[in-house]
Amino acid sequence: MSKMIRSFFDAIEPAFQRGGRLEHLSAVYEMFDTFFFTPSDVTHHAPHVRDALDLKRLMSYVVLAVTPCALWGMYILGYNTNAAIVAQGIQDVAGWRAAFLTTIGLGLDPNNILSCFVHGFLYFFPIYVVVMVVGLGIETTFAAIRNHEVNEGFLVTGMLLTLILPPTTPLWQVALGVAFGVIFSKEVFGGTGKNFLNPALVARAFLYFSYPTSQTGDIIWIPLDGYTAATALSYVKTGGIAALADPAVNIDWMSAFLGTIAGSLGETSTLLCLLGGAFLLYTRIASWRIISGVLLGMIATSTLFNLLAYAGAVTAPAYAIPFYWHLVLGGFAFGAMFMATDPVSASSTNMGRWIYGALIGFMVVMIRVVNPGFPEGMMLAILFGNVFAPAIDYFVAQANIKRRLLRNV
Amino acid sequence: MEHYIALFIRSIFIENLALSFFLGMCSFLAISKQVETALGLGIAVIIVQGITVPANNLIYQFILQEGAWAWAGYPELDLSFLGLISYIGVIAAIVQVLEMALDRYFPALYDALGIYLPLITVNCIVLAGALFMVERGYNFPESVVYGIGGGTGFAMAIVALAGIREKLRYSDIPPPLQGLGITFITVGLISMSFLAFSGIQL
Repeated sequence: MSKMIRSFFDAIEPAFQRGGRLEHLSAVYEMFDTFFFTPSDVTHHAPHVRDALDLKRLMSYVVLAVTPCALWGMYILGYNTNAAIVAQGIQDVAGWRAAFLTTIGLGLDPNNILSCFVHGFLYFFPIYVVVMVVGLGIETTFAAIRNHEVNEGFLVTGMLLTLILPPTTPLWQVALGVAFGVIFSKEVFGGTGKNFLNPALVARAFLYFSYPTSQTGDIIWIPLDGYTAATALSYVKTGGIAALADPAVNIDWMSAFLGTIAGSLGETSTLLCLLGGAFLLYTRIASWRIISGVLLGMIATSTLFNLLAYAGAVTAPAYAIPFYWHLVLGGFAFGAMFMATDPVSASSTNMGRWIYGALIGFMVVMIRVVNPGFPEGMMLAILFGNVFAPAIDYFVAQANIKRRLLRNV
Repeated sequence: MEHYIALFIRSIFIENLALSFFLGMCSFLAISKQVETALGLGIAVIIVQGITVPANNLIYQFILQEGAWAWAGYPELDLSFLGLISYIGVIAAIVQVLEMALDRYFPALYDALGIYLPLITVNCIVLAGALFMVERGYNFPESVVYGIGGGTGFAMAIVALAGIREKLRYSDIPPPLQGLGITFITVGLISMSFLAFSGIQL
């Protein structure tokens, strides 16, 4: 099988080379060729680095690490939707998804694991397809025009973006967001590895500020007409942790940790985010300094706010949220593990990684607690960290230079 | 005290002069190629803002404001139409005096600031600081806090932009966008991340 594919690629290769008939499509050929086979090209001049960890493996590992989050997200979205349908006693549910599920005989049963999973998958899949088609289309166009190669970077961006969008986002908005994120935060800077912001977060932020009604609120998390389910964070924002114990809401710490609550596709289960993050730490793709920095920054800031609340200096209920709730609510774990650690947009000095992480941890609690406009702050906190990452690196490097000069007087 | 801290934080982050109001764009875009010079300009803006906003506040309160001449028998006299020209004059004069004083007493700082100090005379951020101060009716201590805070916000923004632009030297930017073009896009993206603060009430 692999020999057949190889000989097919070898047979069509001349058409894509310089002077060939399909020269301008060489980026597309390159993309499929390196996707199926590891290229045998080697660097001809120094410096030579011998490392099994190339871009392809790095990106595949990240996709692998978020897969459990994605699968669980699909299941729990389907489960919550099915449960809501049963609880409301709706008999014939509108929409092609319900029709499809009924046709293949799975029905809309919250106790049927497969039915829940497929139902969630039918929300995940269209978004994912649109993200991939639009994103890869733009990447390929840019690659063809600018004589680049298309690489695996977008597989990660596309996966992460699908997982942080609300499941009900209209597909044309998804396409628009991807186009903005890929073009304006990545391709204008030269493509993978040359950007300074995380493209998935830029796409999400663009949609968030452009179409707030479909990106935030109470009706977008469970895709059922007229059914409202606020995220845990928006309950907490107005009522404090006590609001979650309300029988109508009924969210305890464990359900938030395991992820049986409503939210974006990938972010609900803190446990699976931590497991995926552990995998990335084990393979040393994610930096433990950044993750520790985010955690410490978050714990320090929320504890400070807690002290303010206990001292009676502030009365808003959000100030009293303890750090172990911040950890499990919203996109904190997902962002800390998969988005803040993006090696391109993060700080690249060791000391800088601590500072960068702590800045994100501080900002996320700041936005969640102090800003009444946004219930969730992880996305904006990481973007804010990305903006300051190069400046942090600069000052860390300067401090090192000064210290070494002093040492050698 | 809390009131002043809130005003300080608001003037740095929420009402960032460069990224929320897009003021001072000329120097913001032109002098952000290197972190070192950006930091120099930033510090100069903090110093100048911290002096001129309170100075203009005194001018407004005791000379221009309606009723400021009541003690001399002119309670209806309203000179606030002279505001714009007075503030610019005061800013230019103070920058000149500051330059001479620094040259005489702190030559190291004078050398570090170099050309940026006289350039600030025509920086719209400094004038905007004075005009916002009048429009929002700050008293003297508030204007000190607002001047320093506004300058700090600008310094922070320009240092962040300079850091990014130094990093972008390794990027592969399409030729038509190189230089100012990519800087505009960068500033737009930075400004989007600063929306994190929009809506915070202090």
